Amino acid sequence: MTVARAMTECLKAEGISVLFGYPGAAICPFYDELYKSDIKHILVRHEVNAGHAASGYARITGKPAVCVATSGPGALNLITAIATAYMDSVPMVIITGQVNSEQIGRDVFQEADITGSAEPFVKHSYLLKRPEDTAEVFKRAFYIAGTGRRGPVLIDVPFDVQQSEIDFEYPETVDIRSYRPSTKGNGFQIKRAINVLKESKRPLICAGGGLFTGNGAALMREFAKKADIPVVSTMMGLGAMPSDSGLYFGMMGMHGKKAANYAVNQCDALFLFGARVGDRAIAAMEQRKNFTVVHIDIDPAEIGKNIEANVPIVGDITLVLEQLTEQLDAVIAEQGAFSHADWLHTLDERRGELPTEPAEKGFVNPKSFICELDRQLPAHSVVVADVGQNQIWTAANISLKDGRFLTSGGMGTMGYSLPAAIGAKCADSEACVVAVCGDGSFQMQMNEIATAVQHGINVKIIVMRNRWLGMVREVQERAYGNRLIAVSLDGSPDFTKIAEAYGIESMLVDSEESAAEGIQKMLKSDKPFLLDVAVPEFEKTIL
Amino acid sequence: MKHTISVLVENHAGVLARVAGLFARRGFNIDSLAVGVTDDEKVSRITIVADGSDYTLEQIEKQLNKLIDVIKVKTLSPDSMVPRELILIKINCTAKQRPEILSICELFHGKISDISANSVTIEMSDSVQNINNFEELLRPYGIKEIVRTGTIAIQKGEAAVTVKN
Ligand SMILES: Cc1ncc(C[n+]2csc(CCOP(=O)(O)OP(=O)(O)O)c2C)c(N)n1
Repeated sequence: MTVARAMTECLKAEGISVLFGYPGAAICPFYDELYKSDIKHILVRHEVNAGHAASGYARITGKPAVCVATSGPGALNLITAIATAYMDSVPMVIITGQVNSEQIGRDVFQEADITGSAEPFVKHSYLLKRPEDTAEVFKRAFYIAGTGRRGPVLIDVPFDVQQSEIDFEYPETVDIRSYRPSTKGNGFQIKRAINVLKESKRPLICAGGGLFTGNGAALMREFAKKADIPVVSTMMGLGAMPSDSGLYFGMMGMHGKKAANYAVNQCDALFLFGARVGDRAIAAMEQRKNFTVVHIDIDPAEIGKNIEANVPIVGDITLVLEQLTEQLDAVIAEQGAFSHADWLHTLDERRGELPTEPAEKGFVNPKSFICELDRQLPAHSVVVADVGQNQIWTAANISLKDGRFLTSGGMGTMGYSLPAAIGAKCADSEACVVAVCGDGSFQMQMNEIATAVQHGINVKIIVMRNRWLGMVREVQERAYGNRLIAVSLDGSPDFTKIAEAYGIESMLVDSEESAAEGIQKMLKSDKPFLLDVAVPEFEKTIL
Repeated sequence: MKHTISVLVENHAGVLARVAGLFARRGFNIDSLAVGVTDDEKVSRITIVADGSDYTLEQIEKQLNKLIDVIKVKTLSPDSMVPRELILIKINCTAKQRPEILSICELFHGKISDISANSVTIEMSDSVQNINNFEELLRPYGIKEIVRTGTIAIQKGEAAVTVKN
């Protein structure tokens, strides 16, 4: 068979039933085979969104998702999405077309060195030069993307290679001598971690995004409960601990909750579970000394990178949590149950929220809006926040019980929410999937409404419209003497009319009452729906 | 601080670009980099001399290990390694000057590899320090060209950095 055919066979063997992409001449042989296969292709309206959609899909399934683009500009348009996925450890396989092998390096039409340009943002990449390597390369790509610290892997396939004839057999197993992702944690370090816990009066768990990629959230909840340890989370870890748990104190960091940052500053032992503690998260604890840090991560390079670790544990979060729980059980059997009542009480006293002021007439307070959304959302929901003030408002006020919160945490890529929501909905058709964005980021991605409409993907879009690039405006207000430049969004269209033009329903929300009504209407509809939310122009995230 | 790192990699196209790119993008400073095949033709060894704190070295090692084509990374301890570099140096040399240049050369166990009416090319291999000294001694004659390989190094005794151990 041809390599192009073999490529679809590889995808089938990996259980891929849907992929996101955008065609072009150099990838046509592969598309021709897609035509003949059962794999569903979702046509996005810009390649970057094929990447973001695959990211949303992968985050929900936990397995590598696939996106495709043609050579040159198509492939290059994917780069931002690849980097976004890389920063957030999202498993992904990217397939790109390439010019004919013998023309590579001659600057022919639509040639771009995509493996070279994407190198800083991929876990690995292949330029498939030898047709007979097809099966092995695909097997390895999926294996690398979906194990260890997850990440994107790119396969670049020249046009002539796609057309070559090969004998095809998909390998059952894969073994890469230079890639052996660690699995179990070191027994000695596990013992030390439990000793730290035994000695500690004020322990704290920081839940990171690794709990989702590594499937360890449930075990972490169990562990926290057994050891009676309070939990805070990074933005990527939101939802790992249900927000109605008495042990949960919210998101830490620059935009975090008071109680959470207080806990980070007062704890005597900090257990980092799958959290790389990026600079935004760590802001609150830069000056901390005299506390013990137990850092669990699948990537040894993250341990000791942003925060010094006293007890480093490299391993798969699920396996490490199993090991920790086993030791914990033994300690409990010997010494009785753990209780940190005083510590929890101290933290409870710091919970409180600032009351939200109702917005002036014609607007709705963004926090009360998200709280209302939260009240009405079904338990099984996926909320995708974009980047900016809207992200902070959403992250801080959405509570998650049986759902997920997705956002571009590491890269902070505007325009992530709608395509990622589309991907998430494709992965979990039962979930209620909502994208929240600002009026700036919406205009980077509104073309994707067409994708949702064309493929009947029921996603909800909430535009927090403040007529500014709010987050940047806030920075200019605070740090640049209120000299506002290039942050006004004057000239933006009427978003309800945009919705209408794409043939989807929408509603304007400009009061608390219309918020409740709009959210209800949106959730009732079984089609894509847009809420155009009028937010007070100068609302801030940092008070 | 200078660190000598021995890296075994799969002998694939693009591996060197990946390793070099990693150093550039993470802001690690490379003093020298030397590549060659090992006894196993599928495996190459890259010897890197890098400058940085202990924190930087730890990150270098960890980030190198994350590259899929990297099989092994080992930082060699300065006390228990034999570091070597090869220099080819071409200097001005009249017939009259030959004897004294030859004697410097002998002192450093250098070898004359080419000679012409007014120049001589010497090859010499030693530690970086000795090569630097050698270079300084020859400088007064007028250096036409210098080619240095960058350091390669091997551990003393029976220890070896191989794919298997
Ligand atoms: C692709 C991209 N470009 C620029 C930025 C810088 N940036 C961060 S937040 C922000 C403003 C976002 O404005 P908007 O989408 O209207 O959301 P708001 O902050 O008003 O809620 C910008 C421009 C970014 N994060 N991503």
